[in-house]
Amino acid sequence: MQTDEQAGSGAPYARYVRHLKAGELAYQFSPVAGRAVFFPRVRCPYSGQDCLEWRISAGVGTVYSTSVVYPRKGDPYNVALIDLDEGFRLMSRVVMDDPMQVAIGQRVRFQAVAEAELDDPIPVFVPLESAP
Amino acid sequence: MTTDFRPGRAVLVGAAESDLGAVGEGFSAIDLMAQGVYRALDDCGLPVGEVDGLFCATSQNRLAGLALAEYLNLPEAYIDSTSTGGSSFMGHLARAEAAVAAGLCKVAVVAYGSTQRSLGRKNTSRPEWNPYESPFKPFLPPTAYALAAARHMHEFGTTREQLAEVAVAARQWALLNPAAWEKEPLTVEDVLASRMVSYPLTLRDCCLVSDGGGAVVVTTPARARALRKPPVYLLGSGHCTTHLTISNMPDLVNTGARVSGSLAYAQAGLTSSDIDVVGLYDAFTINPILFLEDLGFCAKGEGGAFVSGGRIAPGGMLPVNTNGGGLSYCHPGMYGIFLLIEAIRQLRGECGRRQVPGAEVALAHGNGGVLSSQYTVILGGASTQ
Repeated sequence: MQTDEQAGSGAPYARYVRHLKAGELAYQFSPVAGRAVFFPRVRCPYSGQDCLEWRISAGVGTVYSTSVVYPRKGDPYNVALIDLDEGFRLMSRVVMDDPMQVAIGQRVRFQAVAEAELDDPIPVFVPLESAP
Repeated sequence: MTTDFRPGRAVLVGAAESDLGAVGEGFSAIDLMAQGVYRALDDCGLPVGEVDGLFCATSQNRLAGLALAEYLNLPEAYIDSTSTGGSSFMGHLARAEAAVAAGLCKVAVVAYGSTQRSLGRKNTSRPEWNPYESPFKPFLPPTAYALAAARHMHEFGTTREQLAEVAVAARQWALLNPAAWEKEPLTVEDVLASRMVSYPLTLRDCCLVSDGGGAVVVTTPARARALRKPPVYLLGSGHCTTHLTISNMPDLVNTGARVSGSLAYAQAGLTSSDIDVVGLYDAFTINPILFLEDLGFCAKGEGGAFVSGGRIAPGGMLPVNTNGGGLSYCHPGMYGIFLLIEAIRQLRGECGRRQVPGAEVALAHGNGGVLSSQYTVILGGASTQ
């Protein structure tokens, strides 16, 4: 298990983004509650205590649900909710040629990507079997 | 949360819609809110000068309570403009009853107004940037509900045809309501063939985008006695907030309605089998399926079968969304007020061709955000006192 032991942190989102820029998917863990915490917070939402640890996810998860958005202009695209194996969920997309082929229960792997229109990198997912 | 207000400490005496549909350029949200208030006061025969409590919300005015106080010229009125999205008005009703019971005000109005059809949704309900969701461009709110629908289909075998049945039943009710926006019949095939918005939800799985507003009036039992309409009683209420953003919803197929409904039933001393007429916040076709399950009208996972074959349509076994719902009657952004108005009218027997004969107990279930805020209220007619 990879952790980030650095003391202090500033804004939770800023620290999360620093990891994304290093190609890592960071999340918090509450030893008091014994469970993962996501999105990152200033304190544990289950105990109210200042106990949160930062950990680095192995980046492997399962599609919890999936939709395909059909914009009025442009191609349909995937929006999915991913359950990471460490026990936290986030919104993302699964990168496949046909977004309708993304399936609930599918195993997926994290990649950090930078997009021209966004200031910060974002976590996307690819099917586990096709990951490098 | 729940609040200890016993039935009979305050009562509902007036209800009305503003103009609905496409009201025309130049109307403001507060115009419609005020129009609803004046009409609801006319409905029960109270003058506006007696109003001393304002409960309202709209996405178009950050200071909605101040705007309504200014418009109605009520500088000393008690104000609560809490927003929990579309469920706001169930909360307003519960707190208006508590405020009247506590003596903070004697005549309270719960009001809403929106011109989102005339101005466009992007101008009236601007999305807030969320760094954990917005980069993935979910089309909100539809994509959030689509994710819940897809999960429900995966876990329970619910079908797109069953989702479509909800829209078809709503349309059949709407055809009995002269105030409804939609005037033509709708089939399951029509729903499935309409434009895909966010899979598995098509355009016809999504609510209307209309203008509109409305209000209900709450006062003391003593003041209600001399008014022209019979009072309606708040028998119970309950609220549960499970999340704000869809990625934080603990379980996409179990909503906070299970908790809000349990609280409301317990307070009313009733169960789902006591409900004569049901109003469920149907912003999307998956909503009634989830809420029928979570409010105890059918078992978890059986909502798709429950809504099929016309069972929630006119002549079916359970009258649901008798006004035609957000899917076919009107849906100006935050729909909860219209569930209250229809429940009151059903309990007074004012619903004409869509009247549920002998309706004595009504449930109105509000939903806010993206299945985020669940607020259940149970109302009763004269026989419940």
